[in-house]
Amino acid sequence: MILSLITYTPLIGVVLILALRTVLKQDAAVARLSRWIALWTTVAALALSVVMVSHFDPAQPGYQFVEHARWFSGASYRMGVDGISVLFVLLTAFLMPLCIAASWDSIKDRVPEYMIAFLALETMMIGVFCALDLVLFYIFFEFGLIPMFLIIGIWGGQNRIYAAYKFFLYTLLGSVLMLAAILAMIGIAHTTSIPELQAYHFAPALQTWLWLAFFASFAVKMPMWPVHTWLPDAHVEAPTAGSVILAGVLLKMGGYGFLRFSLPMFPAASALFAPLIFALSAIAIVYTSLVAWRQTDIKKLIAYSSVAHMGFVTMGIFSGNLQGVQGAIFQMLSHGVISGALFLCVGVIYDRMHTREIAFYGGLANRMPVYAATFMLFTMGNVGLPGTSGFVGEMLTMTGVYAASTWTAIVAATGVILSAVYMLTLYRRVVFGQLTNPQLAAIPDMDMRELLIFAPLIAGALALGVYPKFVFAVTNASVERLIDVWRASAGG
Amino acid sequence: MKLILTLLVFLPLLGAALAGLFGRRLRDRASQAITTGLLFISCALAWWTFYQTIWGGWPAHAVVELLSFIQVGDFQSTWSIRLDSLSAVMGVVVTSVSALVHLYSWGYMAEDPSKPRFFAYLSLFTFAMLMLVTANDFMQLFFGWEGVGLASYLLIGFWFKKPTANAAAIKAFVVNRVGDFGFALGIMTVFWMFHTIRFPDLFPQIAAHAGRSWTFAGRSWSALDLAGVLLFIGAMGKSAQFFLHTWLPDAMEGPTPVSALIHAATMVTAGVYMVCLLSPLYEYAPQARTVIVVIGAVTSLFAATVGLAQNDIKRVIAYSTCSQLGYMFFAAGVGAYQAAMFHLFTHAFFKALLFLGAGSVIHAMHHEQDMRRMGGLARYLPITFAVMTIGTIAITGLGVPGLNWGFAGFYSKDSILGAAYAAGAREPLGYFAFVVGTAVAGLTAFYSWRLAFMTFNGPPEWARADAHAHGHADQGAHALSDHATSAQIETHAEPDETPDHSHSGDHGHDLKPHESPWTMLVPLFVLSAGAILAGAVFMPHFVGPWREAFWRGAIFVGRNNKVLDGAESGPSWVGLAPLVASVAGLAIAAYYYLFARGLARRIAERGGPLHTFLYNKWFFDELYDVVFVRTARWFGGLFWKGGDQRTIDGLGPNGVSAVAAWAGRGLGLLQTGYLYHYAFVMLLGVLGLLTYALTVWAR
Repeated sequence: MILSLITYTPLIGVVLILALRTVLKQDAAVARLSRWIALWTTVAALALSVVMVSHFDPAQPGYQFVEHARWFSGASYRMGVDGISVLFVLLTAFLMPLCIAASWDSIKDRVPEYMIAFLALETMMIGVFCALDLVLFYIFFEFGLIPMFLIIGIWGGQNRIYAAYKFFLYTLLGSVLMLAAILAMIGIAHTTSIPELQAYHFAPALQTWLWLAFFASFAVKMPMWPVHTWLPDAHVEAPTAGSVILAGVLLKMGGYGFLRFSLPMFPAASALFAPLIFALSAIAIVYTSLVAWRQTDIKKLIAYSSVAHMGFVTMGIFSGNLQGVQGAIFQMLSHGVISGALFLCVGVIYDRMHTREIAFYGGLANRMPVYAATFMLFTMGNVGLPGTSGFVGEMLTMTGVYAASTWTAIVAATGVILSAVYMLTLYRRVVFGQLTNPQLAAIPDMDMRELLIFAPLIAGALALGVYPKFVFAVTNASVERLIDVWRASAGG
Repeated sequence: MKLILTLLVFLPLLGAALAGLFGRRLRDRASQAITTGLLFISCALAWWTFYQTIWGGWPAHAVVELLSFIQVGDFQSTWSIRLDSLSAVMGVVVTSVSALVHLYSWGYMAEDPSKPRFFAYLSLFTFAMLMLVTANDFMQLFFGWEGVGLASYLLIGFWFKKPTANAAAIKAFVVNRVGDFGFALGIMTVFWMFHTIRFPDLFPQIAAHAGRSWTFAGRSWSALDLAGVLLFIGAMGKSAQFFLHTWLPDAMEGPTPVSALIHAATMVTAGVYMVCLLSPLYEYAPQARTVIVVIGAVTSLFAATVGLAQNDIKRVIAYSTCSQLGYMFFAAGVGAYQAAMFHLFTHAFFKALLFLGAGSVIHAMHHEQDMRRMGGLARYLPITFAVMTIGTIAITGLGVPGLNWGFAGFYSKDSILGAAYAAGAREPLGYFAFVVGTAVAGLTAFYSWRLAFMTFNGPPEWARADAHAHGHADQGAHALSDHATSAQIETHAEPDETPDHSHSGDHGHDLKPHESPWTMLVPLFVLSAGAILAGAVFMPHFVGPWREAFWRGAIFVGRNNKVLDGAESGPSWVGLAPLVASVAGLAIAAYYYLFARGLARRIAERGGPLHTFLYNKWFFDELYDVVFVRTARWFGGLFWKGGDQRTIDGLGPNGVSAVAAWAGRGLGLLQTGYLYHYAFVMLLGVLGLLTYALTVWAR
């Protein structure tokens, strides 16, 4: 029951806020209380996740905490986690309280609705990682779009309608194809259970089509080149916490989908299309890194850098060896922490100055030494400096893909150079130099609330970077089995 | 032993953490005392370890495993401290120079407002460097490798308000990353070739793989040579070898103690250390070693020629470092790893001495670095003059041939050139290295003595009324690229303050140069002793008859590799040649800069093509700017505007929406413009589709 408990705990918060709104008529009090309700609910979900992970048996490769109930005809309510998904549940639950705290002062309009949207989003995201039924997965996967769409569209920046619309159009396009594939799979295999489907051998020709349909959806989510252009716009317009969730969790659904569906269910097609994935990943890494270098908006730069980092993930997943897949999972988790923290870093100065223009800033180190140090740490994490979590994933995915295609590894390795170029340039222009802009003359350093938000992220980025076994110990058994199964069927 | 090694490596980290996190609460003095004190303890432990490993009872090879690092399948890496003669030597070099530089910085950085940060960075660097040298696998090596890169980046850009310092810091990081690009690919190649990244598992396997071929980037290569070259690319970046050298001269933007520690004595030698550590690999990779010899020799020549024409005191020493690193590389390339390590060892002393001496001069001159504005300082800075002279004698390798006694460089340079000559008997490339090395010895003598004479002898240029104007206004002849080459001024604080803002107490406002405080002089004395004695004392151990007992298997030498034996038994003129070249260099420098002072300046001012070429450092910066930087930026712009905005968005969402808008004009009534409504309709649609599916396929 614990998985359902974690998944629906945020909904308790939603109910409480709704009830509060009908009982209390003072908007200010409702806003204040709904913040606290949201914070405590997300903390409760986090506590439950920690309990769940501590009871997780890493030696066992299969699904654990499985729940199964008949639902309606054709579908069943089936939940469970394995080593691949369990840490994503934890990541989601970990980022959520930070997002609520980061929105504490910066969101002033429609606070209860905002908190409801975030809590609903949490339920959907955790549900995605726990669902073991195809229909259930699809519901969580698609319904997660709606709160995100609202968060961008209602609490976003000036161009929010365009960004929300673009976000929706792209993801919808992929989803429609995935839905068609899901319907076809149910029709052929006569089951909606994911474990059963993973054991079902689809005919190779059919695999190709199903793979492509799922690919359409996951590639948009990742996002992979060339369907990435929604991401920079969505990030730029989204409020800070929205960006954190978007980069930290929503992007991971694509990679998770590849690992949960494409690889085990369509192994032959995955092997067939691996070169395509390698090519798109390599292009993504170089192309978006170069584009990131030219950005004038801090958030857009980090968004493009996210696309480049997701390129490492996709190539790692399809490298088909332990190093590549482990690296990809690690890279996703690490990116969740680091890019989330980077967007929060942008949020800190955006809250103060209400602009994301790089040229507006400069010399912040003079006034904000603590901020400068924090931003430096996550800049280095994004650059993939060993000792931070960013390094482990990059190194392992490159190592993994080297065995499959040395060219991809070579091109990806240039991305490591380019990430240093754009991130250090950004850092220099924002933080170093003279404080010339008079509007910055009185900008205050980070306060205690902000420090408390960053502290767990700093600890996470460093702990994972120094002792990555935290992750590998959990994922190892499941990934090994995934690779074995994939090798056996892709080869045969 | 475990405790000693752990403390040796982690005390600097502790110091860095204390000064970095609590620096403002601890205040300057406490931060300095803590970091420096811990570093001296670490240094004492390093010498104890060194003694125990080589002459005491400790095993020849020991590994203290601390914590698991990246462990995935065969990719097994563990945080550990590897102790053998190589890491013991490096530990001594790193902690000794670092401890002295910490102490020196008390005086040098006395006026700086953010001392805790500076000392934290210095200690952080020391920790990363120790992790590098004690690594037992490629991942920890890479951690140290990039960790020192980070510290270098932070320290070059320490004065973060200076745009040039920031640019230099980024350049250093990025150029090093270019090297790391090759290094990372080399690690991957080794991993897939041997299915391990741990040194103890790797080394015994190598011999069996000799002659194997390997497919990389669509071509078939000799496996070990490919791995060797890729790893060497990393060394080229870190050790500023030809093609990847451009960051090192710019790195002089950092405070001078940093230049001495990182960009002369320790970090830049990491590449040499790595090649020596991987001697079991390189002994079976003859083509890779050929590459190393060529790059090393070319670097030593190139950097020495550029050094001839520079006017910034620190840049001259920087190019000198670059050139000496070239020596070390071609020594390793011809198979004389011990000689390379020996030169690394002696070089650490005399180059740190020269840098810190230069720092003393700069300090005395109120942060003037242009040698043309110095002169005649011997009278005012007698101690600095004496130690700089010692350093110069040491680097130029002067000695007494009959007695076979000299300063440090005399021995190490001799053994390198002797080994190169001996290697020539087997492969002609050795002769090439020998000839280049001998010529470079002459050039080294010329620019080193030129530096000494311009600074300490001749008329005091600084006393001239206009000479102290802290400007970059230079002689018109070099207007071409003076932005990069002209001497810069180390500014301790905001450039917008007046130049003589905070020169306190003994500085006053008078221009008369003054000798440095004791905190700066003590390190100079210690390093002088090293520069005088390190060669004579350690020669028999590093490269001489006792070398087997000294290295105890830490360096692998193939059965056919007899270069060091050959170096001792070579013809006597081989030993004399570098000395003759050095004396010639000294004589020419003396002629131009002591006896016919005006001559050199006239040549420089006339600015002939050769001088322009050298003065502008062979135009590498300009070339790279056009070929790499501008091209990449152009592509970035193209992909962004042309790719993303015009093509992908134009054909994708915006195109679709344009079509939809055109088609849907009649349906406009349905568009309420409320996001809620869209979302709700969407939700209904999804539900509808799902319901449909379930009714169709329900059994």
